[in-house]
Amino acid sequence: MTFVNVKPSEEFEFLNGQGHVLLIACGALAREIVDLIETNHWKAFDVACLPAKWHNTPQFIVPGIREKIREAKGKYKSIFVLYGDCGTGGQLDKLLEEEGVERIPGPHCYAFFSGNEAFRAKEDEDMTSFFLTDYLARHFDKLIWSGMGLDRHPELLPMYFGNYKKIVYIAQTRDEELAHRAMAAAKRLGLDYEYRYVGYGELADEMKSRA
Amino acid sequence: MSEEGELDLRALNDEELTQQVHDDLYDGLKEEVEEAVHILLERGWTPYKVLTEALVEGMRIVGIDFRDGILFVPEVLLAANSMKAGMFILRPLLAETGAPRLGKMVIGIVKGDIHDIGKNLVAMMMEGAGFEVINIGINNPVEKYLAAIDEHQPDILGMSALLTTTMPYMKVVIDTLKEKGMRDDYIVLVGGAPLNEEFAKAVGADAYCRDAAVAVETAKDFMKRKHNQMAASA
Repeated sequence: MTFVNVKPSEEFEFLNGQGHVLLIACGALAREIVDLIETNHWKAFDVACLPAKWHNTPQFIVPGIREKIREAKGKYKSIFVLYGDCGTGGQLDKLLEEEGVERIPGPHCYAFFSGNEAFRAKEDEDMTSFFLTDYLARHFDKLIWSGMGLDRHPELLPMYFGNYKKIVYIAQTRDEELAHRAMAAAKRLGLDYEYRYVGYGELADEMKSRA
Repeated sequence: MSEEGELDLRALNDEELTQQVHDDLYDGLKEEVEEAVHILLERGWTPYKVLTEALVEGMRIVGIDFRDGILFVPEVLLAANSMKAGMFILRPLLAETGAPRLGKMVIGIVKGDIHDIGKNLVAMMMEGAGFEVINIGINNPVEKYLAAIDEHQPDILGMSALLTTTMPYMKVVIDTLKEKGMRDDYIVLVGGAPLNEEFAKAVGADAYCRDAAVAVETAKDFMKRKHNQMAASA
């Protein structure tokens, strides 16, 4: 396990455009990435984020990352992708192999936040769990409730969530308000609720190894 | 007489009413679709004609606009709900009137996966196209597929997965069919958001179907080939 600083001795503000390692990331991770950079005073990174809403339309992810990589090539010492497979069915890994770029391991962010091994170990138990990260708890209304049309058509709820049993909020930060939001989301979806604090998990480890 | 501002479906001729069903399916207006189905039946349309010309054709248009990025999942689900309501009326009548049967399909989500929206759309469209569909639901281990195949003797086995972590299980099922010497007895179609043609080939499926409409066309095509082969070897 890698430990990263949690109490910076002095303020450090992240400014894009000064690093030599480009992190191409899902917008749903932006807040956590910047938090880790600022907490640890990592000066190596620039960050380019792609729209978090592609979570619902993964077919946009591979072309979006390809474009970012090609724009950045030659401008950075290295590029690292902070995306899970995220429903691309191996197409993201195929692209990255062609481009000679690495990514954080794992099928999606729930897995690398939880720790890929720990996540795999609970796969059977969690099959009927719907995961919320800090980002998804914060933006549940926009990304899930409205994004899936449930605000306009609540009758679709059983079609989307009929096979789920519980919401598992895998928290990156200890934030009571977000926990309340996640709990309210579970209630709205008619699901049980479970809270798991996991922190930044392997996102922190992977970034540290490239800082 | 219709209420003010409301379209009186009974005032439309057959062609206009069929067109209206397509529009109402597109807009996910379940009650209107149900009403139109009743009207068309009252006018002497066969259940099969109502199904194919009004419902299936309407969903085909929905499918095209979904593929082209004009419609999104919520709209498709509303349309599917409306079609389902129409099919609920037609199903017993189709059984009575002996509508043509193109073949039989067992379809299910693979082990470890519970995401069944796409699979249910495929099942509905296959039924609408004239296939008998045995939907074995979610989280199916290989034993469950084998039991369903044994019980129902389908022409087609359909498997679906949404997760990158569960889609490799399709190979487990296909390899088991091979081990038992049963693979060539069935047309194996696979689908699901993270899949592609390359994957389907790698696991030994007959085809990858990127959406419900493609699944129907692919199934029809394979059934035609199967009949041709049977005729040639007879």
